[in-house]
Amino acid sequence: MARPVAVMDGNTAVAHVAYRVNEVCAIYPITPASTMAELADEWASNGATNLWGHVPVVQEMQSEGGAAGAVHGALQAGALTTTFTASQGLLLMMPNMFKIAGELTPTVFHVAARTVATQALSIFGDHSDVMAVRMTGFAFLSSGSVQEAHDSALIAHAATLRSRVPFVHFFDGFRTSHEINTLTLLADDDLRALIDDDLVRAHRARALNPEHPFVRGTAHNPDTFFQARETVNPFVSAVPGIVQSVMEAIAARTGRSYRLFEYDGAPDADRVVIVMGSGAEVARETVRALRRGGERVGVLQVRLFRPFSAEHFLAALPEGCRAVAVLDRTKEPGAPGEPLYLDVVATLADAVARGRRRTMPAVVGGRYGLSSRDFTPAMVKAVFDELAKPAPAHGFTVGIIDDVSHTSLDVDPEYSIEADEVVRAVFYGLGADGTVGANKNTVKIIAEDAGLHAQGYFVYDSHKSGAQTVSHLRFGPAPIRSPYLIASANFVGCHQFHFLQRQDLLRLAAPGATFLLNSPYGPDEVWDRLPRPVQQQIIDKRLKFFVIDATAVAQDVGLGSRTNTVLQTCFFAISGVLPREDAIARIKQSIRRTYGGKGEQVVQRNFEAVDRTLSRLHAVAVPASATSTVERPPVVPADAPEFVRTVTARMFEGLGEQIPVSLMPPDGTYPSGTSAWEKRNIADEVPVWEPDLCIQCGQCSFVCPHSVIRARYYDQARLAGAPASFKSAPVNARGYPGVRFSLQFYVEDCTGCALCIEACPAASPVDPGVKAINLGAKAPLVAAERANIAFFAQLPINDRARVDFANTRGVQFLEPLFEFSGACAGCGETPYLKLLSQLFGDRLMVANATGCSSIYGANLPATPWTRNHEGRGPAWSNSLFEDNAEFGLGFRLAADTHLALATTLLTSLAGRLDEEVVSSILTAPQIRESEIRAQRLRVAGLKTTLRGLAEQDVRARDLLSVVDHLVRRSIWIVGGDGWAYDIGYGGLDHVLASGRNVNILVLDTEVYSNTGGQASKATPLGAIAKFAAAGKRVARKDLALQAIAYGNVYVAQVAMGANPQQTLEAFREAEAYEGTSIILAYCHCIAHGIEMRQGMHQQDLAVASGYWPLLRYNPAMRQVGDNPFRLDSPRPTIPLRTYAYNELRYRALAVTRPADADRLLHQAQADVEEKYRNYEGFARLEHGPAPAQAATAGRKV
Amino acid sequence: MDLTTRYLGLTLKNPLVAGAGPFGRDLDSIRRLEESGAAAIVLPSLFEEQVAGEQQAVERMMAASVDAYPEALTYFPAQVTYALGPERYLDLVRRATAAVDIPIVASLNGMTNNGWVEYARQLQEAGADAIELNIYFIPSDLSLSGRAVEERYLEILRAVRHATSLPIAVKIGPAFSAVGHMAAQLDEAGANGLVLFNRFYQPDIDLARLAMVSDLELSRPPEIRLPLLWIGVLAGRVKASLAASSGVETADEVLKYLLAGADVVMTTSALLRHGLGHMRTLLNGLEDWLSERDLDSLETIRGRMSHRNLADPVAFERANYLRILQGYGTSRERG
Repeated sequence: MARPVAVMDGNTAVAHVAYRVNEVCAIYPITPASTMAELADEWASNGATNLWGHVPVVQEMQSEGGAAGAVHGALQAGALTTTFTASQGLLLMMPNMFKIAGELTPTVFHVAARTVATQALSIFGDHSDVMAVRMTGFAFLSSGSVQEAHDSALIAHAATLRSRVPFVHFFDGFRTSHEINTLTLLADDDLRALIDDDLVRAHRARALNPEHPFVRGTAHNPDTFFQARETVNPFVSAVPGIVQSVMEAIAARTGRSYRLFEYDGAPDADRVVIVMGSGAEVARETVRALRRGGERVGVLQVRLFRPFSAEHFLAALPEGCRAVAVLDRTKEPGAPGEPLYLDVVATLADAVARGRRRTMPAVVGGRYGLSSRDFTPAMVKAVFDELAKPAPAHGFTVGIIDDVSHTSLDVDPEYSIEADEVVRAVFYGLGADGTVGANKNTVKIIAEDAGLHAQGYFVYDSHKSGAQTVSHLRFGPAPIRSPYLIASANFVGCHQFHFLQRQDLLRLAAPGATFLLNSPYGPDEVWDRLPRPVQQQIIDKRLKFFVIDATAVAQDVGLGSRTNTVLQTCFFAISGVLPREDAIARIKQSIRRTYGGKGEQVVQRNFEAVDRTLSRLHAVAVPASATSTVERPPVVPADAPEFVRTVTARMFEGLGEQIPVSLMPPDGTYPSGTSAWEKRNIADEVPVWEPDLCIQCGQCSFVCPHSVIRARYYDQARLAGAPASFKSAPVNARGYPGVRFSLQFYVEDCTGCALCIEACPAASPVDPGVKAINLGAKAPLVAAERANIAFFAQLPINDRARVDFANTRGVQFLEPLFEFSGACAGCGETPYLKLLSQLFGDRLMVANATGCSSIYGANLPATPWTRNHEGRGPAWSNSLFEDNAEFGLGFRLAADTHLALATTLLTSLAGRLDEEVVSSILTAPQIRESEIRAQRLRVAGLKTTLRGLAEQDVRARDLLSVVDHLVRRSIWIVGGDGWAYDIGYGGLDHVLASGRNVNILVLDTEVYSNTGGQASKATPLGAIAKFAAAGKRVARKDLALQAIAYGNVYVAQVAMGANPQQTLEAFREAEAYEGTSIILAYCHCIAHGIEMRQGMHQQDLAVASGYWPLLRYNPAMRQVGDNPFRLDSPRPTIPLRTYAYNELRYRALAVTRPADADRLLHQAQADVEEKYRNYEGFARLEHGPAPAQAATAGRKV
Repeated sequence: MDLTTRYLGLTLKNPLVAGAGPFGRDLDSIRRLEESGAAAIVLPSLFEEQVAGEQQAVERMMAASVDAYPEALTYFPAQVTYALGPERYLDLVRRATAAVDIPIVASLNGMTNNGWVEYARQLQEAGADAIELNIYFIPSDLSLSGRAVEERYLEILRAVRHATSLPIAVKIGPAFSAVGHMAAQLDEAGANGLVLFNRFYQPDIDLARLAMVSDLELSRPPEIRLPLLWIGVLAGRVKASLAASSGVETADEVLKYLLAGADVVMTTSALLRHGLGHMRTLLNGLEDWLSERDLDSLETIRGRMSHRNLADPVAFERANYLRILQGYGTSRERG
C-alpha cells in the first residue's frame, strides 16, 4: 500500500494517530504539548471523524488535574479517551494516573516531555516530568523522532487495549515535538489492523453501567490493600511481549522495524551507550561514524522504559561489552544515579548474580540535554572517550562546563559527522519577518514536492517582540536523523543586517559555505559596512558572499516588512538544492497554497516578489584582506554591573551555553533590572516629541507598555550643559516659574508600538496629523538620543512625596520600576504593571502566576523588574501556574507574622529606645507617600540604634532581621485570566474569602495568551480561540460579581484605554483597602487579532459598548453610609458589534460560520444589556447588598 | 388596489424597495421589512476593496505574531486564515433569499475587473434575484476625460453582463456631463435597471481635529429634486427600468417619483430615521393618496408627469430654470 509522505512536526504526527483512535480528548494547554490538543479541537470543530466514523468529543478543562479527572471518568464510562500534556501538567495528573493504572484502564497520555520547574521554569525538553510519574503503574513508551512518535502513538494505543495497562507515550519536547521532518503516514487501514474492535467492545463492557452495576474505587484496610495491589502483576508482566508483538505487526505492514531495546553498533562492542528519546538518534549516528573509524562501540535505545523488561534488555546488550554509560535526561539530586541508570545497574547485577550474564560491565551514569540543551555527536563521542578510560567517571554531565563539582566531560567542539550529501542551512531572522514561515515552506517544497528528505528545527529567543529566530534546515537524499543543531553550515542566511553588529553569526559557517545577507547596501558598498571580524571570517573561510536588499524588494511589491518570499527565492537561487527553474515554479505553487486563502492580491504580490528577486540578488567580490574600520561594539558597556558583564552579556550574545556552573547562582536568585542593559534597538520608527505642542498630560507615558517614555520637571538652571538636541518646555502648571519639563524617549528600548501616538490628545492647530508626539525614523536619532538620555538620567528624580499621585498627569513623574520588558510591542498588560511599580514599587512584593507576565517578567537574560535610585524596588517571584493566589497569600502570612514579631520586639525594647520613636513607628499612618517616607526615616533611625544594641541584646538582633516589615508592604498577586478564572480559581477564591490584606491584579486578555490563545472561562461569547475554534458558546464568567458576593472584598473592573483616571483610582483604593482586593484589568492582546497600535482605542470601545463596564466595589464606603457599588462607565453608546468586529477573534467566526456568529452576537448583545441593567440596579441601591464584614487580618501598622 | 410594478424584469407587489442600508445585514430586519410591506430589498454592498483590505489586514496581523515565540507560534486556529473572502456576504445572500419571499438584490462594489466578474458570478450562485452595481468612482486623476470615465462604467457593466444571467441594475451618480446619454449607453450595454442617484460620500473637515471626516449624512426630502428631474427625463425613453433613490421621507416623495416615471422607489435614510416599520407608513400613505382620488392602480399615475407625458416638457429643461430664477421669492408653487 502506498502511504502518503508528509512533512510535519512531532506533535502533529502524534495527534494524527491519537485523534483517529479515540472517542474523547480531555485537554488543557501546556507548552510544548498544546499543539496536539489544538489540532484535536480544530479537527473536531471541522467535523473530522475517528476510525469509527464519529467526531471525537474534545473538552477543554480548567487544569491538567481536571483533564485527568475527565479522562478517568470517561474511561470508567467506557469511552476510548486520551489527553496531551507535559511537565507540571503531567505532575498534576499524577494522582489520577495511579488510579487509572490501578484499575487497569487502557488509555494513552501523549507527553511532549518537558523540564519540571526547579530553580527556574523552563518550557524546554527533558525527561524530568515523565521520570517524576514513573511509579504510577503506567507503561512508558519513548520515541526518538517524528516518524517514531507517529508510529509509537499507534503502538501505545494498540498495546494499551491489549494489555489493559495505561501508557504514557513520550517524546522530547521541542526537539521532537517541534522538529518538522519527512515521514510516511499511517493509513486508516493500518490503524484498523492494529486496533482490535473486540478489545474496544471489551473496554466498554468493563464500564460502569446501571444495567449490571458494580462498584469500583473502593477504600481498603490493611487487611486487603497489599494483596489487591499485587493483582496487576500478570498484566504488567505481559506488556513487553504485547508491545513487541505490536511493533512487529507494524513492521510487517510498513517495513519500519522497532524493538523494545534497539541495539545498533558493533556486535562485539566493548563500549555501549544506553539512552532514550531523540538522544538515541544522535548516538546512533555517532556510533556509525565511530565504527567507520574502527571503534567497537554501540548504542542501546530504550523504547519501553516501563515495564522494564530485563529479558529483552539482556538479549539486546552485547555480551562482551566492557563499559556501559547510561545517559539520563533528568536529574535526581542525592540519588546514587538517575532512574534509567539504576534500572540498568539493577538488571545487570541481577543477571550476573543469577548467572544469566557472565560478566558485569562497568556501568556509569551521566546527565545530558536538560531543558533542551543541544546534544551533539561530539558529546556522544566524549562519552565513549570517557568509557575508554580505565575508570570512567560516574555521575558525569556532558554539554555544560561544571567547574564547581567537576562532573562535566570535555567535548571536542570541532568534532562533526555531518554527511557531505546533506545540505545544511542556517537562517537568522526576526520573529515578524517571516523567516521561519518561509523555511517551513522550503522544507515542504523540498520534501513533499521534490521528493528529497528534509528537516527543520527552529530556535527562538525569549522575547515576545523583536525576537531573533534561528532556523536549522537539513536536506538530503536519505532520511535526516540528526536531532541536533547545525554547527557547520554550508549555507548561512542573515535576514537582518544589524545582527552582524551584535553576534558572531558566521561561526556556524563551514569553509566554502554560501553567505546570503539581506543588506540595505548594494554589492559595491556592503563590504565596507561589515564589521571587521565578519570580513575576516568571510576571507578566512572563503565564503561565497551574496547580498540582496530584500526589504526594498518586499516594500516595492507591497509586502511591507515581510521579506520571506524574497529571501526564500534567494536561497533556492544560490543553494543549488533544486534546479533554479524548477525551484521557482515550486515556490510559486507553494505561495498559491499558503496564501490562496488570503486573497488573490496577496498571491500576486508574492509572485511579483519572486520575479523581482533574481535581478536584485548580487554576488559580492570579496577582497583579499579585511579593511573595515567598523568593530563590533561591546555587548554591554564597561560600567555595567559585574554580573551583567560576566553572565548576562553572554546570554545577550547567544552564548549562554558557555557560562560555567560557577557563575550561575545556586538558588535561582538573579539581579533585578538587567533589561536596561540590553538595548535591543528593534524599532525602525520611534516617537519624536514636539515640546511646543505638548500639554504635559502624561497620557503617553501612562500607556507606554515598555516604560520608554520618562518625564521629569526640574529647575531651569539644570539645563546648563545639556546637549543641543535635548528638548524641554516650561512646566505648564501654574506656580512653577523657572521650572522646565522634559519628556525623554528611550529609543533603543522602544518597540515602536505607537500606543503613545494614539493616546496623545495634543494636535497641532495648523498641521493636519501632527501631534505632540509623532513617529520618526530612529536611525538618524540614535546617537543624539544616547546623549540626551545620559543627560536626562542625571537630572534629579522628582520627589515622590511632592508628586500628586491622584491624577495621570502626576504619575508620569514617578519612576517606573518595570521597564523594557520583552513583551509584545503594544502589550496591553504591561502598562498596568508599570503603573503598579510606579505607585508602590519601592515597597512592593509580587507573586506572579506563570504566563505572559512571568515570561516577560523574568525570562532570562532580561529582568525588567528593577530598582529605584535608592536601591529599592519590587521583590518578585513566580511559583507555579495553579498556586499563585496561595503563593501570594503566603507572602502576606509571613509579613503579618514578622510584623507582629517586630511589633512585639519593638515594644519589649521600648525601655532602651526613644519612646516617642517607638510610639510613632507603631502608630503612625502609612497611606500617603509622605507618611511612608516619614516611616522609612523612622525605621532607618531605628536600625542605626539597633545596630548599636545588637552586640548586647539578642532582641535587637532579632528585630533587625524583621524590622523592614515596619514599613507597610504592598503585596500583589498578579496573573492572567487562565490562572484566575481557570487553573488557579480554587486558590483565588480561597484567598478572596480569607479577608487578608492582599491585592490581586488579573491581567485579563480573555485567553491563555502565553501558550498561543487558548480559550479560558474569561473568553467572551462568540469569539473564536484555540480550543473554541467554532466560537465560544457560553458567556465569560463574571468574576467581579463573584468577588463582590463576598461583601468584604474590594473589587474593581478597569480598562486603562477607556478611563485611565478610574484605573489609577482603583489601584490606589485597592492598595489602601484593609482587606482583600481584586482588580480585573482589560488587556488588549495580540491574540485578539487587532492592530496593536489601536489597543487602547479598542479598550475604549469595549467600555463604550457596555461589554466591559467600569466599576468599583469598595466595602469601605459603607462606613460613610454609601453604596459600595459604583458604576464608573455610562450606558452603552455603541452596539457590541462596533467593538467586536474590530477584532479578528469575532470577525473570524462571522466569516467561517456566519449564522452562528449572528446568533452568538445577538445573544452577546442581550447579555451585555442585561448585565448592564443588573449593574445599574446595584449602583442604585442605597446601601450595600450585604452587611459589612470587617476585614479580619492584614491590619496595617 | 393593484400596486404591482415591474423592476429589472421582476414583478414586485408594490413599488417600495428597501435600499442598501445596514439593516440589510440582519435576517430579522430583512424579515421585518418584508412584513412591513417592502417589495424587494437591496442588501448592503459587497465591497471588493473591503474583502481585499481585510485579507491584507489579517495577513499583516498574523505576520506580526506568527513564529515569533516558542510557546505561541500562532494565536488563532488555523482555519481562520483560510476562509477570508466574500463568504460572509454570500452567506447573507443565501440566508436572506431563503428567509423571505420578496426579491433580494445583491449590491456589488468592485475594484478590479476580476473582482466585479468573479463576485457577480458568486452572487448568482448564492441565489441573489438581481445584482445592483454600485459603481463608486471619483475620477480624481485630472488627465482622465469624461469619455474615459463613461467607458469605465460601460466596461464594468459589459463584463458583469457577460458573467451573469441575473438582471443587473446600475446605480450611478449624477456627475456626468450628459446623464441622459450615459443612461442610454448603459441601457444599450445591457442594464436592466438604473438607480438614480448614488449619493457619493462627500468628505467634511473636522475643524477641531483638523481631520477629514467621511461620515454619512442621511438624505432629506429636498434631495429628491435631482433624481426627480432625471427620472422624469428618462421615463419611457430607455428600456431599463428606473429606480428612484434619495430623499424619500414620506409618501409624498414616493408619489412624486412615481409621477415622474420611476418603476420603484428606494428608501434607506427614512428607515434609519424612523425604524423599519416606516415602510408600512409609506405604503399606507401611497394607498391613501390613490384611494382619496379613487385610483385603483399604480399604473394610473406612473409617469404621468414625466418628460414624455407632459404636454409642456419645458419643466424639465432650461426654460424652467429661468422661470424659477425670475420667480424666486414669490411663489414656490409656480412653474
